[in-house]
Amino acid sequence: MTPYAALLRKDLRVELRTLRSLPAMALFAVTTFVIFRFGLDREQLEGDLAAGVLVATLLFAALLAINRLFVAEREEGGFDLVRLAPIDGTVLFAAKASALVIYLVVLELIAVPIFALFFLDSASGLLPLALILLLADIGLAATGTVISTIATMSTARDLLAPLILLPLLVPVVIAAAGAGEHLLASGGPDYGRFGTWLLLLGLYDSVFLLVGYAVFDFLLED
Amino acid sequence: MVEQAAALADEAAADPGSVRPGAPAIELEDLRRDFGDRTGLAPTTVRVEVGESLAVLGPNGSGKSTLLRILAGLLRPTEGRAVVLGASLPKERHRLRGRVGYLGHQPLLYRDLSPRENLSLAAALHGLEPAFARTRIGELLEVVGMERRADDRTAELSAGMKQRIDICRAVLHEPPLLLLDEPDSHLDPEARRLIAPLIAAGGERTRVVVSHDRDAARAGADAVLELG
Repeated sequence: MTPYAALLRKDLRVELRTLRSLPAMALFAVTTFVIFRFGLDREQLEGDLAAGVLVATLLFAALLAINRLFVAEREEGGFDLVRLAPIDGTVLFAAKASALVIYLVVLELIAVPIFALFFLDSASGLLPLALILLLADIGLAATGTVISTIATMSTARDLLAPLILLPLLVPVVIAAAGAGEHLLASGGPDYGRFGTWLLLLGLYDSVFLLVGYAVFDFLLED
Repeated sequence: MVEQAAALADEAAADPGSVRPGAPAIELEDLRRDFGDRTGLAPTTVRVEVGESLAVLGPNGSGKSTLLRILAGLLRPTEGRAVVLGASLPKERHRLRGRVGYLGHQPLLYRDLSPRENLSLAAALHGLEPAFARTRIGELLEVVGMERRADDRTAELSAGMKQRIDICRAVLHEPPLLLLDEPDSHLDPEARRLIAPLIAAGGERTRVVVSHDRDAARAGADAVLELG
């Protein structure tokens, strides 16, 4: 088994065994939908409002997992374990980012159908929206893994991660909400600028995957 | 298993960072580490030959653990010269990766994995062949008397049991240098007897042991370094 596969399997195994992140993320998302439903006093959402509610909820739910991403490495010596092994630190970056993408996809498999049930009159825009969300997940995971590592090394870790991460994620939110606005429009999805948003998300993902690859080994240094 | 060990030895020999014949395993000259305004490790000079055992003694806060972390490549020295297994630190510390068996104060074990899963993870990170790793892990667990608890969660084990598993992790990949921070802590006399052969120096294996038990440390050491 490769070091990447071993680290990824470790994270998924621990999550399945302890259920520390995923249930909290799903519960947060569903509770937020309930609050929006009563707070907005609307039984149906479409366009920019629907996309905004969905993307913001998923983003804040993701923060729960990002804050916990390196807790075991910090408290149980996982960073030293990787630094003592004959592997590049970026293997840990790849494994952690992959685990985060998997958590986010599972979250969306639970949360998006519930969102549709609560707010949408048609599910026709959900399939293309899945592609947008997947690309957003990759960007979120790449950026979140880098920032979570920086925050883990700090004493103000719970504050630091959202403070640095949220501004960096603005392009992801703009692209995902922008695409969602047209895909969740009343009267069915509009694919007018779909390609542009895909391109923007793809570009963001590439940049932050490269940034993570380039800096992660240095982040693991003392 | 023999083939795997030979392959590891070949790999080490091919590594430009390997120790040259006759060269010391560890050579430190005025090595110092500061933490802000505080001195963590006062200037230290020592030379350890291949196959020797060095005992590091000193009161709390004298820099024993700091010295071990520097030797493992986990911490940068502030000043001074350090050459470990032919790798000049901190510049060439990547050459040390995979060649050091490090046992720190805190066990490098995930609480929610079993001992066997923890050791399998360490084996995968060190690139051991799965079949070889399974055999070696089974042997080590038997040697330290942990085969019956090998599939329990590590969090459920006592401190002494965790220490035994962490020692297995440190020696799993048969490193040429062992850095051990109080390896006997939490262990009863029977457990100490079991782990002794696993962490012995000799042959090509060099050992640095931090201890508070002065008599025991001096008895098993070729040289003693007093800090503080």
